[in-house]
Amino acid sequence: MSSPREGHKLLEVRDLRVHFPTEDGVVKAVDGSSFALDRGETLGVVGESGSGKSITFLTVMGLINRSSARISGSVLFEGEEIIDASAARLRDIRGKRIGMIFQDPMTSLHPMHRVGDQIAEVVLTHTGASKKEAARLAVESLAEVGMPSPETRARQYPHEFSGGMRQRAMIAMALVLKPSLLIADEPTTALDVTIQAQILELIDELKEKFNIGVVLVSHSLATIADVSQDVMVMYAGRPAELGARDQVFQDAQHPYTWGLLESVPRPDVRVERLIPIDGQPPSLITLPPGCAFSPRCRHVRPECTAAVPELRDRGSGHLDACIIEPDEKTRLREERLAALEAGA
Amino acid sequence: MGRYIIRRLLWTVFIVLLASILTFLIFFVLPAGDPALRFAGKQPTEELIAQARVNLGLDKSLPQQYWLFLSRLIGGDEYGWPGLGYSFHTRDAVLPELIDRSRVTGSIIVGGALMWMVIGVPVGVISALKRKTFWDRGLMGICLFFISAPVFWLALLSLLIFWKHLGWLPGTGYVPFAQNPGQWFAHLILPWCILALLYAAIYARLVRANMIDVVSEDYIRTAWAKGLSPRKVVMHHELRPALAPIIALFAIDLGALVGGTIVTETVFNMQGLGNWLLIAANNNDLPVTMAVTVVVAAAVCILTLIADVLLAIIDPRVRLQ
Repeated sequence: MSSPREGHKLLEVRDLRVHFPTEDGVVKAVDGSSFALDRGETLGVVGESGSGKSITFLTVMGLINRSSARISGSVLFEGEEIIDASAARLRDIRGKRIGMIFQDPMTSLHPMHRVGDQIAEVVLTHTGASKKEAARLAVESLAEVGMPSPETRARQYPHEFSGGMRQRAMIAMALVLKPSLLIADEPTTALDVTIQAQILELIDELKEKFNIGVVLVSHSLATIADVSQDVMVMYAGRPAELGARDQVFQDAQHPYTWGLLESVPRPDVRVERLIPIDGQPPSLITLPPGCAFSPRCRHVRPECTAAVPELRDRGSGHLDACIIEPDEKTRLREERLAALEAGA
Repeated sequence: MGRYIIRRLLWTVFIVLLASILTFLIFFVLPAGDPALRFAGKQPTEELIAQARVNLGLDKSLPQQYWLFLSRLIGGDEYGWPGLGYSFHTRDAVLPELIDRSRVTGSIIVGGALMWMVIGVPVGVISALKRKTFWDRGLMGICLFFISAPVFWLALLSLLIFWKHLGWLPGTGYVPFAQNPGQWFAHLILPWCILALLYAAIYARLVRANMIDVVSEDYIRTAWAKGLSPRKVVMHHELRPALAPIIALFAIDLGALVGGTIVTETVFNMQGLGNWLLIAANNNDLPVTMAVTVVVAAAVCILTLIADVLLAIIDPRVRLQ
């Protein structure tokens, strides 16, 4: 396996755009997304349905059908540009150097194949290992993700597994070849709350153990809060805010992030009630002019609709795409929190 | 699994009995004419008719007659086992003719079924994979043609072209395999094609629809995420779930064809079971009707049993109970 050259991020995405031409117009699912990730880091990606978070990472994996989408920008994986890589090249990367797990472990495993065989298939596809060796690695990988009696489990079918166990099996499949990047697309959304914490803990453990980069996609800030080093908040196909976890949680700069934070209960802020964000996510075909969040924003001003706001660094790598000046935002944020605590 | 199969076989016996009772009752309820009248000759007297009625067993009560049918079936008769009596129409023993005709129909169905699966499944898979392209539209158009085209018309047209005009084929009729395998094949190739084209078209459309459902399943996205080649994704991950529902249908179609290849048999002048059933129904030939009914009912039951067992082997979520 090629080791990343000095100075290269594990994954660096620049100005990624994924547009789907349809009969009704062009759906701008991802419209200028930039971020980076290193080994040993977890990037939490948060956004509503349709914010482009899943499409972004399906594109990184090369799982978007290029005949139905217009893809532009840059995806550097371990220093290698893969946005225009051949199908064969991408197949070589998928499963071997990037593992991916999905939202619903109930439907993500093949119902007609034994779990062990499904994991071993990754090994057989990417290495010259014998069937016996592949089966051994599959059992080993199941043991690695905390599967009790992995030999027996490997011979079973997915329907004999609980939801949490299936997601563990998916993780075992994604990590069997020790890839450098794990993309987890809403890995806990379909699971019981108690199991959610276990799965997140497991992903965090494995990240430390194998020194891999993890992308944790979720629609909930609460899910990613504990395990992410960096957080990206996406809105309408673009990053609204991007920074270290504490920057985003303690010193949020984008009104959309404020809305997200106010709509989930937090132990450190006593509030009388949770505040939903007004309105619906915009249509990705006819985005509002300027800032896509402006129609739902409580602090909207005329300048907001003039031009699409660029991501700007507020210092120390904390970026946001809101044109309001930081001092004024601090004031607005304090007002909102005061209003919340007063039970407005 | 063993206990399941035994239970299903007992169930088969029950279904066959039920089908034979129904056929028996329908025969007597329908005002189809008195078989004894036909049996008594050209100028029947009252005595001759009465005598014929006694000879045919028609003088006894219905339960008695059915019991006689059943006891002969199970215990055998002078023509062998199972006892099926002799035809009211031709006065020949039913059993040897049943065996001969089963060979004819069996040859048509097995060859045709092989052909339609070999054509239908790949056409459906290709259409689904090349969805909305020229290939898909072309193949589905052809399928629609063969589904819509009347079988007798296709059969006659093909005879006209391949037999009369081109002279490639030896003509109609059936040559037993044991007598001349080459001629057996040459006589069957056209009936196979005619039967296969209709069913291949139906199955291609079904396979296509199933494949299109399967390719958007989450576990297929997982297969791509594993870095598998397109060939492996199709062969190893998509085909099995797409074909599983076809198996049950295949069994039922095959069973129904045991007595249902009437048009093909008639056009190609083959003395098979469907043809025989038609003649028997037209001539109030109770023993023949009963014999074919029993064979068809048993065939449908046993084929669906095989299909269910196969499905349980293919899909581990299916439990036999």
